[in-house]
Amino acid sequence: MMSSQPRLVEVRQNVLKQNDLLARELRRRFQEAGVCVVSLVSSPGSGKTAFLEKALTLLQRSKLRVAALVGDLATENDAARLARSGAPVRQITTGTICHLDAQMVERALEEWNLEELDVLFIENVGNLVCPSSYDLGEDLRLVLLSVTEGEDKPLKYPTIFNTADVAVITKIDLAEAVEFDRAAAHRNIQSVRPGMKVFEVSAKTGEGMDELLPVLYSARSAESEKVLAG
Amino acid sequence: MHELSIAMSMVEMAEEEAARRGGVKVFAIHLKLGQLSGVVKDALLFSYEIVCQGTTLEGSQLIIEEIPVVVYCPTCRAETSLASLQRFCCAACGTLTSEVVRGKELEVVAMEIQ
Repeated sequence: MMSSQPRLVEVRQNVLKQNDLLARELRRRFQEAGVCVVSLVSSPGSGKTAFLEKALTLLQRSKLRVAALVGDLATENDAARLARSGAPVRQITTGTICHLDAQMVERALEEWNLEELDVLFIENVGNLVCPSSYDLGEDLRLVLLSVTEGEDKPLKYPTIFNTADVAVITKIDLAEAVEFDRAAAHRNIQSVRPGMKVFEVSAKTGEGMDELLPVLYSARSAESEKVLAG
Repeated sequence: MHELSIAMSMVEMAEEEAARRGGVKVFAIHLKLGQLSGVVKDALLFSYEIVCQGTTLEGSQLIIEEIPVVVYCPTCRAETSLASLQRFCCAACGTLTSEVVRGKELEVVAMEIQ
Protein backbone atom coordinates (compact mmCIF):
# COMPACT_ATOMS: atom_id res chain seq x y z
CA MET A 1 0.00 0.00 0.00
CA MET A 2 1.30 3.43 -0.92
CA SER A 3 1.05 6.11 1.70
CA SER A 4 1.23 9.77 0.80
CA GLN A 5 4.18 11.88 1.88
CA PRO A 6 3.85 13.85 5.09
CA ARG A 7 3.07 17.49 4.39
CA LEU A 8 3.83 20.52 6.48
CA VAL A 9 0.90 22.66 7.54
CA GLU A 10 1.16 25.98 9.32
CA VAL A 11 -0.57 26.07 12.71
CA ARG A 12 0.60 29.05 14.84
CA GLN A 13 -0.77 28.43 18.29
CA ASN A 14 0.58 29.63 21.58
CA VAL A 15 0.88 26.51 23.75
CA LEU A 16 -0.29 28.45 26.80
CA LYS A 17 -3.19 30.01 24.91
CA GLN A 18 -5.81 28.54 27.22
CA ASN A 19 -4.03 29.93 30.26
CA ASP A 20 -3.42 33.31 28.64
CA LEU A 21 -7.06 33.68 27.58
CA LEU A 22 -8.27 32.80 31.06
CA ALA A 23 -5.72 35.18 32.63
CA ARG A 24 -6.95 37.96 30.37
CA GLU A 25 -10.52 37.25 31.44
CA LEU A 26 -9.48 37.28 35.11
CA ARG A 27 -7.67 40.59 34.62
CA ARG A 28 -10.82 42.07 33.12
CA ARG A 29 -12.88 40.84 36.09
CA PHE A 30 -10.36 42.24 38.57
CA GLN A 31 -10.40 45.60 36.84
CA GLU A 32 -14.18 45.73 36.75
CA ALA A 33 -14.37 44.90 40.43
CA GLY A 34 -11.69 47.49 41.22
CA VAL A 35 -9.43 45.08 43.08
CA CYS A 36 -5.64 45.27 42.84
CA VAL A 37 -4.13 41.83 42.41
CA VAL A 38 -0.57 41.20 43.51
CA SER A 39 1.17 37.87 43.08
CA LEU A 40 4.24 36.66 44.95
CA VAL A 41 6.93 34.34 43.64
CA SER A 42 10.11 33.17 45.33
CA SER A 43 12.06 30.10 46.29
CA PRO A 44 10.76 28.05 49.25
CA GLY A 45 11.62 29.59 52.58
CA SER A 46 12.29 33.13 51.44
CA GLY A 47 9.54 34.49 53.65
CA LYS A 48 6.51 34.89 51.36
CA THR A 49 4.06 33.88 54.06
CA ALA A 50 5.63 36.00 56.81
CA PHE A 51 5.70 38.96 54.43
CA LEU A 52 2.08 38.37 53.49
CA GLU A 53 0.98 38.03 57.11
CA LYS A 54 2.54 41.41 57.85
CA ALA A 55 1.14 43.03 54.70
CA LEU A 56 -2.40 41.75 55.39
CA THR A 57 -2.26 43.03 58.96
CA LEU A 58 -0.90 46.46 58.05
CA LEU A 59 -3.25 46.99 55.10
CA GLN A 60 -6.25 46.10 57.24
CA ARG A 61 -5.08 48.61 59.81
CA SER A 62 -5.25 51.19 57.00
CA LYS A 63 -8.91 50.14 56.51
CA LEU A 64 -8.25 48.32 53.27
CA ARG A 65 -10.20 45.17 52.45
CA VAL A 66 -7.68 42.45 51.69
CA ALA A 67 -7.67 38.72 50.96
CA ALA A 68 -5.20 36.07 49.87
CA LEU A 69 -4.95 32.88 47.88
CA VAL A 70 -1.98 30.71 48.82
CA GLY A 71 -0.56 27.95 46.69
CA ASP A 72 1.32 24.98 48.09
CA LEU A 73 1.99 21.42 47.01
CA ALA A 74 0.58 20.08 50.27
CA THR A 75 -0.78 21.16 53.68
CA GLU A 76 -3.03 24.06 54.59
CA ASN A 77 -0.54 25.43 57.11
CA ASP A 78 0.02 28.70 55.31
CA ALA A 79 -3.68 29.47 55.05
CA ALA A 80 -4.11 28.78 58.76
CA ARG A 81 -1.18 31.06 59.52
CA LEU A 82 -2.47 33.87 57.33
CA ALA A 83 -6.01 33.56 58.68
CA ARG A 84 -4.66 34.89 61.98
CA SER A 85 -4.54 38.30 60.32
CA GLY A 86 -8.34 38.17 60.13
CA ALA A 87 -8.38 38.44 56.33
CA PRO A 88 -10.21 35.90 54.14
CA VAL A 89 -7.67 33.33 52.99
CA ARG A 90 -8.04 30.34 50.74
CA GLN A 91 -5.46 27.62 50.21
CA ILE A 92 -4.85 26.19 46.76
CA THR A 93 -3.29 22.76 47.20
CA THR A 94 -1.70 21.82 43.91
CA GLY A 95 -0.77 18.21 44.70
CA THR A 96 2.32 17.58 42.64
CA ILE A 97 2.03 20.62 40.41
CA CYS A 98 4.90 23.06 40.85
CA HIS A 99 3.10 26.28 39.96
CA LEU A 100 -0.28 28.02 39.97
CA ASP A 101 -2.13 28.60 36.72
CA ALA A 102 -5.04 30.84 35.81
CA GLN A 103 -7.57 28.03 36.12
CA MET A 104 -6.58 27.25 39.70
CA VAL A 105 -6.99 30.94 40.55
CA GLU A 106 -10.37 31.09 38.85
CA ARG A 107 -11.62 28.04 40.76
CA ALA A 108 -10.33 29.33 44.08
CA LEU A 109 -12.20 32.58 43.55
CA GLU A 110 -15.59 30.93 43.17
CA GLU A 111 -18.12 32.39 45.63
CA TRP A 112 -15.87 35.31 46.45
CA ASN A 113 -17.28 38.73 45.78
CA LEU A 114 -14.35 40.60 44.28
CA GLU A 115 -16.13 43.92 44.62
CA GLU A 116 -15.77 43.66 48.38
CA LEU A 117 -11.99 43.64 48.07
CA ASP A 118 -9.35 46.33 47.58
CA VAL A 119 -6.27 44.10 47.37
CA LEU A 120 -6.02 40.41 46.58
CA PHE A 121 -2.74 38.60 47.05
CA ILE A 122 -1.85 35.39 45.24
CA GLU A 123 1.06 33.54 46.81
CA ASN A 124 2.54 31.14 44.28
CA VAL A 125 4.15 27.80 45.09
CA GLY A 126 7.73 28.28 46.31
CA ASN A 127 9.63 27.80 43.05
CA LEU A 128 11.78 30.15 40.98
CA VAL A 129 11.38 28.28 37.71
CA CYS A 130 7.92 27.06 36.75
CA PRO A 131 5.69 29.97 37.84
CA SER A 132 7.43 32.26 35.34
CA SER A 133 5.53 30.82 32.38
CA TYR A 134 2.00 31.36 33.75
CA ASP A 135 0.06 34.61 33.67
CA LEU A 136 -2.43 34.67 36.56
CA GLY A 137 -4.15 37.91 35.58
CA GLU A 138 -2.31 39.85 38.28
CA ASP A 139 -1.55 43.57 38.09
CA LEU A 140 1.79 43.27 39.79
CA ARG A 141 4.16 40.37 40.25
CA LEU A 142 6.59 40.56 43.17
CA VAL A 143 9.68 38.40 43.26
CA LEU A 144 11.02 37.88 46.77
CA LEU A 145 14.64 37.22 47.62
CA SER A 146 15.77 36.77 51.21
CA VAL A 147 19.14 37.92 52.51
CA THR A 148 19.90 34.36 53.60
CA GLU A 149 19.74 33.02 50.02
CA GLY A 150 22.77 34.62 48.46
CA GLU A 151 23.09 37.67 46.28
CA ASP A 152 23.46 35.75 43.03
CA LYS A 153 19.91 34.30 42.94
CA PRO A 154 18.87 36.77 40.21
CA LEU A 155 21.72 35.58 37.98
CA LYS A 156 20.77 31.95 38.54
CA TYR A 157 17.08 32.52 37.82
CA PRO A 158 17.00 35.39 35.33
CA THR A 159 13.71 34.35 33.74
CA ILE A 160 11.57 34.72 36.86
CA PHE A 161 13.20 38.06 37.72
CA ASN A 162 12.55 39.17 34.19
CA THR A 163 8.84 38.36 34.34
CA ALA A 164 8.36 40.13 37.69
CA ASP A 165 7.58 43.82 38.15
CA VAL A 166 9.06 44.51 41.56
CA ALA A 167 11.81 42.82 43.60
CA VAL A 168 11.53 42.59 47.38
CA ILE A 169 14.56 41.71 49.50
CA THR A 170 13.20 40.08 52.65
CA LYS A 171 14.58 39.36 56.14
CA ILE A 172 16.63 42.57 55.92
CA ASP A 173 16.93 42.50 59.73
CA LEU A 174 19.30 39.55 59.26
CA ALA A 175 21.46 41.26 56.63
CA GLU A 176 24.36 42.02 58.91
CA ALA A 177 24.37 38.62 60.61
CA VAL A 178 24.67 36.78 57.29
CA GLU A 179 27.01 39.38 55.75
CA PHE A 180 24.57 40.12 52.97
CA ASP A 181 26.20 42.11 50.18
CA ARG A 182 23.52 44.68 49.44
CA ALA A 183 25.34 46.31 46.54
CA ALA A 184 25.90 42.98 44.79
CA ALA A 185 22.25 41.99 45.18
CA HIS A 186 21.06 45.26 43.67
CA ARG A 187 23.63 45.04 40.89
CA ASN A 188 22.55 41.49 40.01
CA ILE A 189 18.87 42.39 39.97
CA GLN A 190 19.56 45.35 37.67
CA SER A 191 21.63 43.12 35.42
CA VAL A 192 18.79 40.71 34.69
CA ARG A 193 15.97 43.25 34.89
CA PRO A 194 17.29 46.76 34.23
CA GLY A 195 15.22 49.46 35.87
CA MET A 196 13.45 47.13 38.29
CA LYS A 197 12.30 48.79 41.50
CA VAL A 198 13.72 47.06 44.58
CA PHE A 199 12.43 47.26 48.14
CA GLU A 200 14.15 45.99 51.27
CA VAL A 201 11.83 44.82 54.01
CA SER A 202 11.62 42.91 57.26
CA ALA A 203 8.33 41.25 58.10
CA LYS A 204 9.60 40.83 61.63
CA THR A 205 10.42 44.45 62.44
CA GLY A 206 8.19 46.05 59.82
CA GLU A 207 11.14 47.89 58.29
CA GLY A 208 10.54 49.00 54.71
CA MET A 209 6.86 47.98 54.67
CA ASP A 210 5.62 51.60 54.66
CA GLU A 211 7.44 52.29 51.40
CA LEU A 212 6.27 49.13 49.67
CA LEU A 213 2.61 48.87 50.69
CA PRO A 214 1.34 51.94 48.75
CA VAL A 215 2.74 50.36 45.58
CA LEU A 216 0.61 47.27 46.22
CA TYR A 217 -2.77 48.79 46.96
CA SER A 218 -2.52 51.30 44.15
CA ALA A 219 -1.08 48.81 41.69
CA ARG A 220 -2.95 50.28 38.76
CA SER A 221 -2.99 53.93 39.71
CA ALA A 222 -0.77 56.79 38.62
CA GLU A 223 0.64 57.04 42.16
CA SER A 224 2.06 53.54 41.92
CA GLU A 225 3.49 54.16 38.48
CA LYS A 226 5.22 57.27 39.80
CA VAL A 227 6.84 55.31 42.64
CA LEU A 228 7.86 52.49 40.30
CA ALA A 229 9.32 54.89 37.76
CA GLY A 230 11.52 56.25 40.57
CA MET B 1 8.91 20.25 36.05
CA HIS B 2 6.03 22.09 34.39
CA GLU B 3 7.24 20.76 31.03
CA LEU B 4 4.94 17.78 31.52
CA SER B 5 1.80 19.89 31.62
CA ILE B 6 3.09 21.92 28.69
CA ALA B 7 3.67 18.74 26.69
CA MET B 8 0.12 17.65 27.54
CA SER B 9 -1.32 20.92 26.23
CA MET B 10 0.68 20.52 23.03
CA VAL B 11 -0.49 16.98 22.42
CA GLU B 12 -4.10 17.94 23.12
CA MET B 13 -3.78 20.85 20.73
CA ALA B 14 -2.30 18.64 18.01
CA GLU B 15 -4.98 16.00 18.48
CA GLU B 16 -7.69 18.64 18.07
CA GLU B 17 -6.00 20.05 14.99
CA ALA B 18 -5.66 16.55 13.50
CA ALA B 19 -9.32 15.77 14.21
CA ARG B 20 -10.36 19.07 12.63
CA ARG B 21 -8.52 18.01 9.48
CA GLY B 22 -10.40 14.74 9.27
CA GLY B 23 -8.39 12.57 11.65
CA VAL B 24 -5.07 12.78 9.84
CA LYS B 25 -1.96 11.18 11.24
CA VAL B 26 0.55 13.58 12.87
CA PHE B 27 4.23 12.87 12.21
CA ALA B 28 5.78 15.90 13.81
CA ILE B 29 5.10 19.12 15.66
CA HIS B 30 7.30 22.16 15.09
CA LEU B 31 7.71 24.40 18.12
CA LYS B 32 9.37 27.79 18.60
CA LEU B 33 10.89 27.90 22.07
CA GLY B 34 12.22 31.20 23.41
CA GLN B 35 15.19 31.18 25.73
CA LEU B 36 13.15 33.26 28.12
CA SER B 37 10.02 31.10 28.01
CA GLY B 38 10.88 29.37 31.27
CA VAL B 39 10.72 25.99 29.56
CA VAL B 40 13.70 23.62 29.30
CA LYS B 41 14.16 21.98 25.90
CA ASP B 42 15.40 18.57 27.08
CA ALA B 43 12.75 18.29 29.77
CA LEU B 44 10.11 19.13 27.19
CA LEU B 45 11.38 16.52 24.70
CA PHE B 46 11.40 13.91 27.45
CA SER B 47 7.88 14.82 28.59
CA TYR B 48 6.57 14.88 25.03
CA GLU B 49 7.55 11.28 24.40
CA ILE B 50 5.84 10.12 27.58
CA VAL B 51 2.68 12.11 26.95
CA CYS B 52 2.36 10.81 23.38
CA GLN B 53 2.24 7.20 24.50
CA GLY B 54 -1.17 5.67 23.96
CA THR B 55 -2.40 8.64 21.92
CA THR B 56 -2.73 9.08 18.17
CA LEU B 57 0.55 11.00 18.33
CA GLU B 58 2.57 8.06 19.58
CA GLY B 59 5.84 7.90 17.66
CA SER B 60 5.58 11.48 16.44
CA GLN B 61 8.48 13.87 16.67
CA LEU B 62 8.80 17.18 18.46
CA ILE B 63 11.05 19.52 16.49
CA ILE B 64 12.18 22.49 18.54
CA GLU B 65 13.61 25.70 17.18
CA GLU B 66 15.28 27.65 19.97
CA ILE B 67 14.81 31.40 19.79
CA PRO B 68 17.54 33.53 21.35
CA VAL B 69 16.60 36.62 23.33
CA VAL B 70 16.56 39.84 21.34
CA VAL B 71 16.32 43.18 23.13
CA TYR B 72 15.78 46.72 21.92
CA CYS B 73 18.50 49.23 22.71
CA PRO B 74 17.09 52.75 23.25
CA THR B 75 20.54 54.30 22.72
CA CYS B 76 21.34 52.61 19.38
CA ARG B 77 17.66 52.46 18.46
CA ALA B 78 18.27 48.94 17.23
CA GLU B 79 17.52 45.34 18.10
CA THR B 80 20.37 43.27 19.43
CA SER B 81 20.80 39.64 20.49
CA LEU B 82 21.54 39.01 24.13
CA ALA B 83 24.96 37.45 24.74
CA SER B 84 24.02 36.24 28.23
CA LEU B 85 20.80 35.86 30.18
CA GLN B 86 22.74 37.18 33.17
CA ARG B 87 23.13 40.59 31.60
CA PHE B 88 20.33 42.37 29.75
CA CYS B 89 22.28 44.90 27.74
CA CYS B 90 22.96 46.02 24.19
CA ALA B 91 25.65 43.92 22.49
CA ALA B 92 26.96 47.00 20.70
CA CYS B 93 27.04 49.78 23.31
CA GLY B 94 26.40 48.01 26.62
CA THR B 95 23.34 50.06 27.61
CA LEU B 96 21.15 48.12 30.03
CA THR B 97 17.71 47.41 28.61
CA SER B 98 14.76 45.29 29.62
CA GLU B 99 12.77 45.73 26.43
CA VAL B 100 12.50 42.14 25.23
CA VAL B 101 11.57 41.90 21.54
CA ARG B 102 11.88 38.14 21.12
CA GLY B 103 12.70 35.13 23.27
CA LYS B 104 9.50 34.44 25.19
CA GLU B 105 7.95 32.23 22.48
CA LEU B 106 6.27 28.96 23.33
CA GLU B 107 4.43 28.48 20.10
CA VAL B 108 3.48 25.61 17.83
CA VAL B 109 4.15 26.91 14.33
CA ALA B 110 3.54 23.89 12.13
CA MET B 111 2.62 20.22 12.01
CA GLU B 112 3.67 17.48 9.65
CA ILE B 113 0.60 15.47 8.79
CA GLN B 114 -0.49 12.76 6.36
